[in-house]
Amino acid sequence: MDGTGFEAGKTLEALPHDSAFAHVSGEARYADDMPEPPGMVHLALGLSTVARGRILSADLSAVRAAPGVLHVLTAEDVPGINDTGPVVHDEPAFALSETGESAEIMFHGQCLFAVVATSREAARLAARLARIDYEAAEPILTIDDAVAAGSFLSEPYRMARGDARAAIEAAPMRAKGRIEIGGQEHFYLEGQVAVATPEEGGALHVLSSTQHPSEVQAVIAHNLCLPSSMVTVEVRRMGGGFGGKETQGNLIALAAALAARITGKPAKLRLDRDDDMILTGKRHPFRIDYEAGFDAEGRILGVRFEQWANCGWSADLSAAIADRAMFHADNAYFYPAAEIVSHRCRTNLCSMTAFRGFGGPQGVLGAERLIAHVAAETGLDPLEVRRRNFYAPMGAMPTRSLTPYGMMVEDCVIEEIVEELAESADYAGRRMEIAAWNEASPVLKRGIALSPVKFGISFTTTHLNQAGALVLVYQDGSVLLNHGGTEMGQGLYRKVQQVAAAEFGLDPERVRISATRTDKVPNTSATAASSGSDMNGMAVKKACEEIKARIAAHLGAGFAIFDKGRIVWQGGETTWEAAVKSAYFARVSLAATGFYATPKLAWDRATVSGRPFYYFAYGAAVTEALVDSLTGEYRLLRADILHDVGRSLNPAIDLGQVEGGYIQGVGWLTTEELDWDAKGRLRTHAPSTYKIPTAGDRPERMSVRLWAKGENRELTIRRSKAVGEPPLMLGISAFLAIEEAASAAAGAWTPLDAPATPERVLMALP
Amino acid sequence: MSEGLRFILNGERVAAPGAAPTTTLLDWLREARGLTGTKEGCAEGDCGACTVIVRELAPDGALRQRTANACIQLLPMLHGREVVTVEALGGAHPVQRAMAEGHGGQCGFCTPGFVMSLAHAWETGASAEPEAVVDQIAGNLCRCTGYGPILAAASAARAAPAAAPDHEAALSRLRALRRDLTLTLDHRAEGARFLAPRSAEEFAAARLAHPEATILAGATDIGLWVTKRGFRPAMFLWVGDVAEFGEIGEDEAGLRFGPAVSHERAMAALAPLAPDLGEVWRRFASPQVRGAGTLLGNIANGSPIGDAAPALIALGARLTLRRGAARREIPLETFFIEYGRQDLRPGEFVEFVDVPRPADPMDLRCYKISKRFDQDISSLLAAIHVREEAGMTTLARIAFGGMAGVPKRARAAERALLGRPLDEAAIAAAAAALDEDFTPLSDHRASAAYRMRAARNLLTKFYLERRFGDIRVAGRGRAKPLEDAGERHV
Repeated sequence: MDGTGFEAGKTLEALPHDSAFAHVSGEARYADDMPEPPGMVHLALGLSTVARGRILSADLSAVRAAPGVLHVLTAEDVPGINDTGPVVHDEPAFALSETGESAEIMFHGQCLFAVVATSREAARLAARLARIDYEAAEPILTIDDAVAAGSFLSEPYRMARGDARAAIEAAPMRAKGRIEIGGQEHFYLEGQVAVATPEEGGALHVLSSTQHPSEVQAVIAHNLCLPSSMVTVEVRRMGGGFGGKETQGNLIALAAALAARITGKPAKLRLDRDDDMILTGKRHPFRIDYEAGFDAEGRILGVRFEQWANCGWSADLSAAIADRAMFHADNAYFYPAAEIVSHRCRTNLCSMTAFRGFGGPQGVLGAERLIAHVAAETGLDPLEVRRRNFYAPMGAMPTRSLTPYGMMVEDCVIEEIVEELAESADYAGRRMEIAAWNEASPVLKRGIALSPVKFGISFTTTHLNQAGALVLVYQDGSVLLNHGGTEMGQGLYRKVQQVAAAEFGLDPERVRISATRTDKVPNTSATAASSGSDMNGMAVKKACEEIKARIAAHLGAGFAIFDKGRIVWQGGETTWEAAVKSAYFARVSLAATGFYATPKLAWDRATVSGRPFYYFAYGAAVTEALVDSLTGEYRLLRADILHDVGRSLNPAIDLGQVEGGYIQGVGWLTTEELDWDAKGRLRTHAPSTYKIPTAGDRPERMSVRLWAKGENRELTIRRSKAVGEPPLMLGISAFLAIEEAASAAAGAWTPLDAPATPERVLMALP
Repeated sequence: MSEGLRFILNGERVAAPGAAPTTTLLDWLREARGLTGTKEGCAEGDCGACTVIVRELAPDGALRQRTANACIQLLPMLHGREVVTVEALGGAHPVQRAMAEGHGGQCGFCTPGFVMSLAHAWETGASAEPEAVVDQIAGNLCRCTGYGPILAAASAARAAPAAAPDHEAALSRLRALRRDLTLTLDHRAEGARFLAPRSAEEFAAARLAHPEATILAGATDIGLWVTKRGFRPAMFLWVGDVAEFGEIGEDEAGLRFGPAVSHERAMAALAPLAPDLGEVWRRFASPQVRGAGTLLGNIANGSPIGDAAPALIALGARLTLRRGAARREIPLETFFIEYGRQDLRPGEFVEFVDVPRPADPMDLRCYKISKRFDQDISSLLAAIHVREEAGMTTLARIAFGGMAGVPKRARAAERALLGRPLDEAAIAAAAAALDEDFTPLSDHRASAAYRMRAARNLLTKFYLERRFGDIRVAGRGRAKPLEDAGERHV
């Protein structure tokens, strides 16, 4: 027993998603699907039509006079702080004030006011009738604009080890370059939505499509001047989150809550897709400048990165996101000397926010661009350059294990994974075959690339690494489970159910999962940073252990085994049901809370030192692409993926995360292009213009495997590893493969900016 | 007075007398019927979360079944038809079982839409080969899975023992309903009107009497005006119940399409004329949109980036415009006067398009360039129709979409090719002549520079393909450097 419940070689069962049958039948209810009570009111938001400036005058009389309109919410309707910012209070909920001073307009699509009406249609039609005069100012849109205007959220942040400049200067070879990286829209299929219902004594119940119920609760409490205990936030499931519902649901839920409070009626706000895409935040666009010194064998001796993040109009989570980009500027590579400087640009765009990977993908892409550049300069196979720069493997002398931020990489398994994958995907053989094929193909060119990922697991804001759970055992032996994690499709509920079932030795169907609610488990962290099953699984396990200990004590057993519905101890055996029943009659409590705080973490941002991560997750992918040098069009021919999830809590769910993450990463770097015009208006605000991958974009041949040897060296839940975010970065291999093919067409290394749309590919060719 | 708006929902007859003509099927299902299995993902027909099955009686009495995006189907368009939602599948349909057991959903929000697309394919006996399934689900977006498990589920469902879908029962329900609906639908609610003439004569007369009415076909464009722009016209004049309008005529010279012929049916008819026509039609719209949207609608709305117009202009298609009893025929390219303005007079409507048959199917090659391969609006589309006889180019009709405010012929490029051998020098001259033909714009789809460079290169590509065969990364004629698709999913 190692305290994790892990038994050697044992993964839990590959059960389908907990709601799989409810999903396919249409019975699974999302917030907008709940039957609407009579008298429910509906909201629509009024959005600014300029990107920067101030409101000179506002005439809402036509809005108020429109059919069905009950109320228009503006700044003066908010009793509290009128702000939805999660970390810094710099996000006015309603910018428009009719009696006082309106807030400055910070981006095109900013929320000015909300219409409350008898129907959704009435609210939406009325919201268009506002007449608002602005004094528009020149918006700051790009990183260049922000630099020119000196517009930053904070001072630059710096991580460094050794004298990078000197190391680069002294190196035999040098490379210097820049990559521009586009943002990404989450495109969760279920848009932002919340339903607020007034309850007795001024309390509120809010159904919210949010990854962070506790924060929605706090935002509503602060704005409505209520104690948190009066606000209950509930979420059974989301139709996708990907980080886009970590903070971006705050405003939606607040508006619904405010309408419910003012009208005394249940109130619903569901955003139209276009408004959702215009209003809510996205993945940060980045610019990364790099320079490196290395030797002729491709060994990096020193690197400097300057990362420029376009953070949009508000602070949101940008500080932590930009930090994580820095933490991943090394990806899987040891830099003997490194300096990483991060600039957080404030611009007049929507607030860039959390998105699967949380800055990590941009940092990793910077590292991989650097590797590709070193390969081009040295003439080496890029995979060879990667191999020569990996962190030292677990168990080896830790001479090449120190990260630029001072944490030792103690669990590095990237070399093993990469070697196994390169072998199974026949990287070397195919690379030769492709070179020969390209010789004979003047128009179409192929390219192949292998990219690794190492991803740090834990919130780098250390206090967030805590989770709670509530486990209730009823007299008939059935179990009801609740925890602070939210279900957005990632299979968390199923995994945690399986953990509890394994603890009690029960069939998972005996354990019912219930909606996440702030009145069951308080003060939860966002379901984010891939930490959901690590933390909530552990919290549930602790609650189960507590109940088991009480039952064992009641049975007079020092140590009991709970397995297959039976309880066995030295000198006795009984069924789970019998034990539960007799414990009840003996007045033993059958309910427990569990609490978990991730150990070993000690990151001090001020001194840039300590340990931000509990452990690292690893994986690698090989992708092959085919490019048309006349049009820039391309297709992914084949992808092979090997990913480390430790001992899987559910191999089917983990494979789904790996495969889906890869495709989402491919989308980010290929067809998903955000386009803001010179006035700061998002032109790609609907799926007709913003193109996420379809089934046809999936590589024609695809193999996804979980690494059989995976096992977390840390004492995580059943020795599993987090899986939500890391696989997204596997999609970088597709970007690099397209770049390789473009380089074959150009006859020289041809670096691309992201996303590598057909246009970018063609225009990069000579 | 008509019998009122009536159709069949999941096997039961329903009426919706009070529904505003702009009520979408999706809102009605969710709000009036509480059928919340059908989801709203985008309200513009691009994500497929609201996919339902629509069945109707063809003029020959056969059952015609398609999928549709409920978010942009206006409720009166279902008059006399049958709608099947996910709730009717019962939960144990082979497709539902395969999707659930095969991890085909994660967040589950897109899942009912995928289930309906796959159930439709399953019911109609469509291929379950991955390549075919990719097209069957091209109108369904999933943000979680990466699609592998969904493709696998489609194949697993096909392997499962199947109970035959109850199409005979559906037929008799539809026939019975049709018998009871003898009159023209003239649906009036909330101050607006939806008129659905039953004959061409009736339609032409109504058009003359109501020149201000909005002509509606598949609502795949106008549906978005309703959901996104708050479009609430006083009157719709619908083509969908005019029996003659759904006809496809065919003779030696070519094909004739009426205003109610869907893209799906047009695609089947056009593909034999030239394989690239089939390919363009497959790519430019999903099955849901192909099933609802019409070929003539795509032309009549005058979009500068509609894919139908350039392809058909290259073939020399002609439009017949009708006003009352008067008809006039014009070359398709002259219909598009400038951005947003077509050659259409008050009270007039587009009655037919005649598409001539090319001498050789391979004389026409079309190239659709878009950010995403499937289901994306073109950055540009080139349709190049060239005939060589006795070593000389005797016919050159080249039309582009996305290069100007309207779909437009590249007349200077055509001149550069005509009357001389088709060789590299001729192609280079034609490519250079594109500067005379076009001054493209930059927008969120592509820059002007890319459009022009790609357009020139497409002439080169055309030439190379004509000499050496298809040179393509994807779609029809795609290169297959890998031996075999191998394992689809782990």
